[in-house]
Amino acid sequence: MSLLRYESQVRPALVDGDKDYHQITEDICRPVEAKPSKLWWTGFIISVLFLGFGILSVTMEVIYGTGQWNLNRTVGWGWDITNFVWWVGIGHAGTLISAILLLFRQGWRTGVNRAAEAMTIFAVMCAGQFPIWHMGRVWNAFFVLPYPNTRGPLWVNFNSPLLWDVFAISTYFTVSLLFWYSGLIPDLATLRDRAKKKWAKHFYGVASFGWTGSTKHWQRHEALSLVLAGLSTPLVLSVHTIVSFDFATSVVPGWHTTIFPPYFVAGAIFSGFAMVQTLLVVTRKVLALEEYITLEHIEVMNKVIVLTGSIVGIAYLTELFMAWYSHVDYEWFAFKENRLNLASPYGWSYWIMMGCNVLSPQIFWFRKMRRNLVLTFFMSILINIGMWFERFVIIVTSVYRDYLPSAWSTYYRPTIWEVGFYMATFGLFFTCYFLFSKFFPVIAIAEIKHILKRSGQNYKDKMDVIEKESTAHFAEEQMHEH
Amino acid sequence: MAVKKFVTGSFYDEAVLFPAVKKTRRAGYKIHDVFTPFPIHGLDKAMGLRDTSLHTAGFIYAITGTTTAVGFITWALTVDWRINFGGKPFFALPAWIPITFELTVLFSAVGMVLTFCYLCQLAPFVKKDHFNPRSTDDTFVMALECTDKTNDAEAISFLQSIGGQDVQVQYKETGWWLGRYDKDTKRFERKEEAAH
Repeated sequence: MSLLRYESQVRPALVDGDKDYHQITEDICRPVEAKPSKLWWTGFIISVLFLGFGILSVTMEVIYGTGQWNLNRTVGWGWDITNFVWWVGIGHAGTLISAILLLFRQGWRTGVNRAAEAMTIFAVMCAGQFPIWHMGRVWNAFFVLPYPNTRGPLWVNFNSPLLWDVFAISTYFTVSLLFWYSGLIPDLATLRDRAKKKWAKHFYGVASFGWTGSTKHWQRHEALSLVLAGLSTPLVLSVHTIVSFDFATSVVPGWHTTIFPPYFVAGAIFSGFAMVQTLLVVTRKVLALEEYITLEHIEVMNKVIVLTGSIVGIAYLTELFMAWYSHVDYEWFAFKENRLNLASPYGWSYWIMMGCNVLSPQIFWFRKMRRNLVLTFFMSILINIGMWFERFVIIVTSVYRDYLPSAWSTYYRPTIWEVGFYMATFGLFFTCYFLFSKFFPVIAIAEIKHILKRSGQNYKDKMDVIEKESTAHFAEEQMHEH
Repeated sequence: MAVKKFVTGSFYDEAVLFPAVKKTRRAGYKIHDVFTPFPIHGLDKAMGLRDTSLHTAGFIYAITGTTTAVGFITWALTVDWRINFGGKPFFALPAWIPITFELTVLFSAVGMVLTFCYLCQLAPFVKKDHFNPRSTDDTFVMALECTDKTNDAEAISFLQSIGGQDVQVQYKETGWWLGRYDKDTKRFERKEEAAH
């Protein structure tokens, strides 16, 4: 076992420029240690304003009940659950990058994983708001937990997909948070040891848990990361599977299909990567981290987008085909009349979804397009919109006309408070993201150092075997000596 | 924990560090620890550390989670309060798989992180002695523990000879920080007698 693993010259460098370990620390810590810029303050204040309006919207809903929203007899889920599924989906890219790509030993994840994991946590925080406030009497929200109560005790229904969701989302949030923070501890220790200001010394001292960088600790840290990645990988698949069960286990036309779990998971990764692009294209520019989040990273993520976008596209077509092929009148009606038919009340939303999610990402088959930052940013927004409409189409077009034509609802459009609630989560998300990008290193410092001598530009050219004697051999020899 | 005496040397390149670790062990010095800014694969092997058993702990937590979920749901829905959900069986195991899985993951992850923090003695507000603050930046710091048989001058010149820079003698208190018993001992205080 040699110290350095040979990496082909064909693979582009993951860290550009002439870097050494200290330079990496300097580059990544600079935005944290500098005073926040005017741009940061502007963004932060706008986010807080959004959050403020959102809090007002939610307060209105709490005072007057869910009647403040335009939900009606058949459309009981509307914007609220659309937004829930959308945010949960966005979260998935972070876990995919940090966990699945860790298991696949993809070096490029190191540049983007920290920010993507933070995005996951904030997105799940936003997602969690929707089912909670949708309960109406939110002060009874703790009823979803199986705790010994005075009503019997009457336990929650463990057979219900909605309860599975409670467990899935809370587990997902907890595990993502632990994974993210355990990775952050060594980097916070770096900031602690560099800190000059008193408050920073104290803050990073507390936050870094007394990390020293001992070899034994690193060994355990590596083991922990690997097992957490192994746990998070099936977890992330299970979470969106369970979210899709909210729909798939019902008997509503358009929902009752077995394709939902894989289709939702692909869609989640698709939208999540779009959100990662939205954030990182801006972050790398503003924080001057272009040498760490390189065009290669952007391109690789665009490849993931075109792949998952196409999987989603195939899922749409399969679902459509099965609706026709099944000869179930209700199923086919939901697709033909409520979705495909552009002249139907919500036909437009189906075609927005198709256009944004299936057609537009196909442009990423071209290398030049994948490496175009402006296009990438534009596409990421388009995909986010498209994926929002996917959930809207699933939820609203399936239920606004149910089995009884007499119950067909009037046209559902959200009230200002529903829109405000959605804006609230944007406020929450970006407030958190701005604070994160100011106080925490947005790139995993230790992990970048770890890959530097393998994938750094200035090392790739002069890579040679460092050790004449293999470490494994030496360890063996020592073991026999003592 | 008592204050101990160490000889520390800084290294800036893995290519120097690895042979140095090997030479140190061959020469019979006791490596207290090597502090690195990032995980270096193979260093634990070279230092002769045994593999961590954190995986095993994770597995035990995981099956605890599985058992808790299956056991509790079975008890709640088949013994404590049976509810007829549309004539389905009370013992509806397939419907419990999602929650069972989630609790398996949750127990395993939380348990492992807590175990990790306990083993490494990491917690908010814990402060530890640092041999060199640059060891979280770009410096690999090797600390040799001095016993009563160690000749300081010899150890210093040995560390220098194998490529260690900024070699110095340091008195530090290391060890377990949660639940320290000698509260009267001030950290960073130089205790000569500890070296003897």
